[in-house]
Amino acid sequence: MKWLNFPAWLPENVSTFGQGVDNLFVLIYWVTSIVFLAVMAVLIVFIVKYRFQEGRKAEYIEGSTTLEIVWTAATTVIVFALAMLSLPQWNRIKFPSQFPGNPGAVVQVNGKQFNWDMTYPGPDGEWGTDDDLQLENQLHVPVNEVVHIRLTADDVIHSFFVPQLRLKQDALPGRFINMWFEATKPGTYEIPCAELCGFGHSGMLGYLTVHTAEDYEAWKNERWTE
Amino acid sequence: MNDHAHESHDHHHEESFVSKYIFSLDHKMIGKQFLIFGLIMFMVGGGLAMLFRWQLAWPDKPLPIIGVSKAYQEEGEVTTAADRKWEERFDDDKETWLETNMPSGVIDPAFFNSLFTMHATIMVFFVVVPLLVGAFGNFLIPLMIGTRDMAFPVLNMLSFWSNILGTIIMMAGFFVPGGHAAAGWTGYAPLSSIAEYSGVDWGQNLWCISLIVMGISSLMGSINYITTIINMRAPGMTWFRLPLAIWALFIVAILLLLAFPVVASALALILFDRMAGTSFFAAAGGGEPLLWQHLFWFFAHPEVYILILPGMGMASEMLPVFARKPVFGYKSMVFAMIAIAFLSWIVWGHHMFQSGMNPALGASFMTTTMLIAVPSAIKTFNWLGTLHRASIRFTVPMLNVLAFISMFVIGGLSGIYMANSPVDIYIHDTYYIVAHIHYVVFGGSVFAIFGGIFHWFPKMYGRHMNATLGKIHFWISFLAFNGVFFPMHILGVGGHMRRIANPMQYEFLQPMQPINVFITVCAFILGAAQILLLINVFWSIFRGKVAEQNPWEATTLEWHAPTPVPHGNFDAIPHVYHGPYEYSVPDAEADWIPQTQPNGESEHGEGEPVPAGATAD
Ligand code: HEM
Ligand SMILES: [Cu+2]
Ligand SMILES: [Cu+2]
Repeated sequence: MKWLNFPAWLPENVSTFGQGVDNLFVLIYWVTSIVFLAVMAVLIVFIVKYRFQEGRKAEYIEGSTTLEIVWTAATTVIVFALAMLSLPQWNRIKFPSQFPGNPGAVVQVNGKQFNWDMTYPGPDGEWGTDDDLQLENQLHVPVNEVVHIRLTADDVIHSFFVPQLRLKQDALPGRFINMWFEATKPGTYEIPCAELCGFGHSGMLGYLTVHTAEDYEAWKNERWTE
Repeated sequence: MNDHAHESHDHHHEESFVSKYIFSLDHKMIGKQFLIFGLIMFMVGGGLAMLFRWQLAWPDKPLPIIGVSKAYQEEGEVTTAADRKWEERFDDDKETWLETNMPSGVIDPAFFNSLFTMHATIMVFFVVVPLLVGAFGNFLIPLMIGTRDMAFPVLNMLSFWSNILGTIIMMAGFFVPGGHAAAGWTGYAPLSSIAEYSGVDWGQNLWCISLIVMGISSLMGSINYITTIINMRAPGMTWFRLPLAIWALFIVAILLLLAFPVVASALALILFDRMAGTSFFAAAGGGEPLLWQHLFWFFAHPEVYILILPGMGMASEMLPVFARKPVFGYKSMVFAMIAIAFLSWIVWGHHMFQSGMNPALGASFMTTTMLIAVPSAIKTFNWLGTLHRASIRFTVPMLNVLAFISMFVIGGLSGIYMANSPVDIYIHDTYYIVAHIHYVVFGGSVFAIFGGIFHWFPKMYGRHMNATLGKIHFWISFLAFNGVFFPMHILGVGGHMRRIANPMQYEFLQPMQPINVFITVCAFILGAAQILLLINVFWSIFRGKVAEQNPWEATTLEWHAPTPVPHGNFDAIPHVYHGPYEYSVPDAEADWIPQTQPNGESEHGEGEPVPAGATAD
């Protein structure tokens, strides 16, 4: 039965907006499951009840305008409602104008065949200066703080994916794409590349380490002073 | 070839073997050529899938038979004949094809990318389109609208042979240095447009060239279909007496005609980038990687509907025959298909929600995509309505059609998740998408094809396919299909990315690996079952039970033509007096009224035949 319970397979959510995504997922899961079960029930009843039997003829029914109107209207309402319900979530996650401010960390993430380069602006808060800190495949952020990321790529398209954050964004060469998240639970999470990027695509993998506030300070003190 | 074909030679001129079977101008022979071609390519595409499914279940384990033993892989100890053979291969100086792509019998990651790229490319462009549009389109259109052939028979023949040319070019790609295209069937630039990024050289070029040739083949077909359907309908065959399969093929031909030029230009731009040093898609040279995605999906979203509409049409033909009832809501079926055709031009962005396209566009594409679910739902409800108070015969075609309907429902519903852009953030580029694709294209179109082959086989070859074998093939395929593709939803929800060669490289995916093994085992069963289909088709061509003219007691015009259908199709061009689905008409003697039966004999006649082209109803 677990195979039918899709939401049970979602990895633990550790971002502030992830719950909104999961709620939509569960909502759609229920709506589509009910529709599916209803359609299958009708189909099976019809198949059994209206199977060929000696002496019974099919009935000549060409259609029903009322039914057409009812099911067209009903599906339109349902899918529109789903679209409207999801707009706020979409805007919240992807619209730069709605990103929360005061980030606890700002990082540039650069996808290249087949690694993630993470660049911190360093103590002066500016990129391209001597105190920048560059790490390969290691992203360190504080818990319960907004993180802003500038995402780009060197060569081909990659995709930054952290399943537990419910966050995915393609990285484009020649373009900076802004994204944000706020992690709610310390730990280490994998950052697979989700867009085919060449023969090393499988295994292109970074690690997101979410620190407690103190740990993050300690990490910063250790690494940012070099 | 087959002896009964000669008996049908009651027309005036004798044809040579070449003009009858090879460069044939007869739409029926061309349709059959596409059928055999598509079935062979189905096996090729399926074979590639078997290879990469092995790798996904048992990553980096040598393939059976051709691969080395465990002892050799781990300690270099030669124990089997395969080990010895590999020893020899590694020893000589030249690097063979096998050594490059499957050293020791282990699928190389670069070859893995070529495998899934070519699997999808072949299945979409060389199997489903040739079968639905090439085989059934060619065979059915003139017969169902009541005419003697296509409007442009020579163009039709060229369409088949350019399709073969495209296939030769595509297959050559496997054997060029650098290997075959490996950027996915979606060919995202700049991976596809700059050779250094993928290491693929001529493979990708041939991929582009072949698809352009295939597209030209489709263009020739679609011009033919559109012209034929508009101009050559039999007297009385008004638009609203057209069988739904013809409506579907008509709409598909228009979609092909409009969509192909876009992708042809995009493919040409890739070729320029690769061969002439331009940078349409390379940011460093001022190009734009997303340009490819917009052009590709502007073509490929209509393309995915090209892959399903004829299946829907064929299902709508078979359903009333074996339900002995008119199609429920014929006109809303037509309008739903027209709506799909229009909407399919304005939803392409749903493939690009996470691409970096402006998120405001994402929001609008979400809305249009949700809308396109409506006509799909309408069609499903109408199919259900057709079964209401029916008298259902569970023949092989009917079983396949019932599978088509239920699998299409699953595929349509999974589309709702992905159309929802916030949810798509998570499931985009995961196996959830792979599950969706296969529920619509395999569960949908391919089951419609299985049913269609069985259903029209008696008209095509004058013989029946074997029903027992057909049922065995159906049930194994149906169960194994669900065993393969249903669990892919779960992998997707677990976050399993598509297009990765080795899931075991990711800690969060390792607990789900048993599901991958289960899928692969089911995939092998599914693949093996298709051999039954091949056997049934080829055996029945020569040895099947001889069929009478109208074995299913169906109403549409193709069953009015003699069996086997002679050159020119009809003794005299039929007149059409009825809609296509007059089954179980009250007070009628038989439970079906052929479209050709004059009105006097039924109360449900619709007046004098109207000349084709005139609008009625
Ligand atoms: C109910 C209607 C449908 C809806 C709402 C829908 C929605 C979607 C969406 C949103 C995607 C993109 C997902 C992503 O990449 O993140 C998608 C992918 C796809 N759909 Fe559908 N779809 C529907 C029906 C169909 C049909 C009828 C077909 C074809 C027969 C089809 C074939 C495909 C294919 C092949 C892809 C994947 C392309 C790729 O990335 O390789 N869909 N669908
Ligand atoms: Cu990648
Ligand atoms: Cu689409």
